Amino acid sequence: MKFLDEYRNPGAVRRLAAAIRKLVTRRWTLMEVCGGQTHAIVRFGIDALLPPEVELIHGPGCPVCVTPLASIDKAIAIATRPDVIFASFGDMLRVPGSQRDLLAVKASGGDVRVVYSPMDALAMARANPNRQVVFFAVGFETTAPANAMAAFEARRQRVGNFSLLVSQVLVAPAMRSILVSPGNRVQGFLAAGHVCTVMGLDAYRPLVEEFRVPVVATGFEPVDLLRGIYRCLELLESGRAEIANEYSRSVREEGNAAAQALLAEVFEVSDRAWRGMGDIAASGLRLREPYWDWDAERRFELEHIATSECKDCISGLVLRGERKPESCPEFSLRCTPEHPLGATMVSSEGACSAYYRYRRNGIDA
Amino acid sequence: MPECPLPFAEFGFIVMAHGGGGRLMHDLLSRVIFPGFRNGHLEHGHDGAVFDAPQGRIAFTTDSYVVRPLFFPGGDIGKLAVCGTVNDLAMCGARPLALSAGFILEEGFAVESLRSVLASMQESAQQAGVSIVTGDTKVVDRGKGDGIFINTAGVGEVRSRALIGPAAVAPGDAILLSGDLGRHGIAVLSAREGIAFETALESDCALLLDPVMALLDAGVEVHCLRDLTRGGLASALVEIAQAGGHRLEIEEDSIGVCAEVRGASEMLGLDPLYLANEGRFVAFVPEAQAPRACQVLRSFAVSAGASMIGRVKAGKPLVTMRTGYGTSRLVEMFSGEQLPRIC
Repeated sequence: MKFLDEYRNPGAVRRLAAAIRKLVTRRWTLMEVCGGQTHAIVRFGIDALLPPEVELIHGPGCPVCVTPLASIDKAIAIATRPDVIFASFGDMLRVPGSQRDLLAVKASGGDVRVVYSPMDALAMARANPNRQVVFFAVGFETTAPANAMAAFEARRQRVGNFSLLVSQVLVAPAMRSILVSPGNRVQGFLAAGHVCTVMGLDAYRPLVEEFRVPVVATGFEPVDLLRGIYRCLELLESGRAEIANEYSRSVREEGNAAAQALLAEVFEVSDRAWRGMGDIAASGLRLREPYWDWDAERRFELEHIATSECKDCISGLVLRGERKPESCPEFSLRCTPEHPLGATMVSSEGACSAYYRYRRNGIDA
Repeated sequence: MPECPLPFAEFGFIVMAHGGGGRLMHDLLSRVIFPGFRNGHLEHGHDGAVFDAPQGRIAFTTDSYVVRPLFFPGGDIGKLAVCGTVNDLAMCGARPLALSAGFILEEGFAVESLRSVLASMQESAQQAGVSIVTGDTKVVDRGKGDGIFINTAGVGEVRSRALIGPAAVAPGDAILLSGDLGRHGIAVLSAREGIAFETALESDCALLLDPVMALLDAGVEVHCLRDLTRGGLASALVEIAQAGGHRLEIEEDSIGVCAEVRGASEMLGLDPLYLANEGRFVAFVPEAQAPRACQVLRSFAVSAGASMIGRVKAGKPLVTMRTGYGTSRLVEMFSGEQLPRIC
């Protein structure tokens, strides 16, 4: 943990905060794209260390939040089948579908299991040859390589009782959709360091050129976040729209070539619906044709699923950074982590949940 | 009367008849359970235990234990079942007088495993200077239990004259924590299917009776005690803030978390403030007495890491934490279960 302590050092945090105060001459609005960054900012009170001119708004990068309701409902329909072991990352279990969540399926007898890696789900399929093991493959470019590896290995090892319910999303198309939105206020982005580690920095170049916004690859610890914020403000103050890397201990310009090759082998880009943000062109991944036998949506006949979303939830506006959680009239009253009205309250990385956990009751730094 | 043709020894595992009230149940009790606990009360074969009551007040508590896996690094369900109930009595300022044990066994559970669990219970009970004087055994169909569930209850003699509890907490109290956080939670998690990872970490499962009695014997004015169990430090403090009606303010930097727990928490996306502990407690004492209380606690191995982590203030009943950066945040009870996150 020594490695991590360096990036939580209070002296370094204070020095960076002071440097940012000195640098800023006018109002700026930055968006941290990733939910992990939102969580760290609120947990450590990073925004409270910034001068009042700088506003951080919280982006759509929480895979739990943006997984569309239809996918959750499909997951629930599959997990309910008696022949199925449904394996998922833990935090998907509490996401409310139209009627109920996966925890409720488990409580009423469904075999729903938490795994930490999709490869564990594949091992589960080999160990249970008489059951169908379905893995809920959700997430951004960060989870995609491991999920691709599970599909790749299932095909290579001919594991016939394994399949993936895929709901993979891509970051850059969501950033574009925010920039073209009429309510957009974002002037610079802190890009998610782990996504950049996999994909490199090229995906942001068209955004930087077309919209003249700086994009800074940023890590997740307090020192990382403040370095990313400093660099982004420096570019804004000097009028430069560029890509910068403030997470160079993990991110290489070209990304991880082996992971990208695996993604290209298993997945292809597709249009995808985002919970709260609607349909975004070319913003998702789906299995390529050689992997269709491992596609849970093709394996199980699912009846048409009619979804119904709570109409009082403003999570779409929160995900686009147009509203802050506390400005929602339902926040912490009708909408709580026990009874979430929408996705941003469910996941620990959702902005509403982070504000609920760390900021209610007017407790601020 | 002819002997049963199928002697007990041929069953290496629990069958339904072990809970049926007949000969097999009698065999289980007389050959496995009573010898495991060895004390006069059980051998009387009566429906309950009768013993002398001390002068003064009695504390009474009960808890049920369900844990998966049953055997984990640093302990097992038996050790938990005795330590947990003795610790609950200790948190009332009481020394245990007698314990009960109720077992719900699943058909097919290995008798050898039962013997190990009983041995752990007996070892912890002896350490606490208490006997398991009465009990009950039931058997459920295979698939209806998780091997073994245990309920223990305990009565104890209250050793403190003043009331110990959230109602006695007052502004100006110091909040002491007896050691580092999260060892039990991570040790159990590390042994579970699906998230197994290698660690040398052991559960902190332990008796807390000695340090608590020493605090009382030293004349420290103890206002409230709470052992940290499932919901971790955060949940214990939020409960006390709400029940006592005061604001608790803690300092992040003063809360100990060992490198293994921190590493595993970072990896799994868990917050050590919410991880389960089975051998840690918080004590509320007047701030002026905090240094002496810490000194007393540090003389026991189980609370060698004791330190002051915060203060009680007047104000809304909630818990706040000062971070190492001088910012402040709310500490909230966790909603549902802590679930490992995606990325």
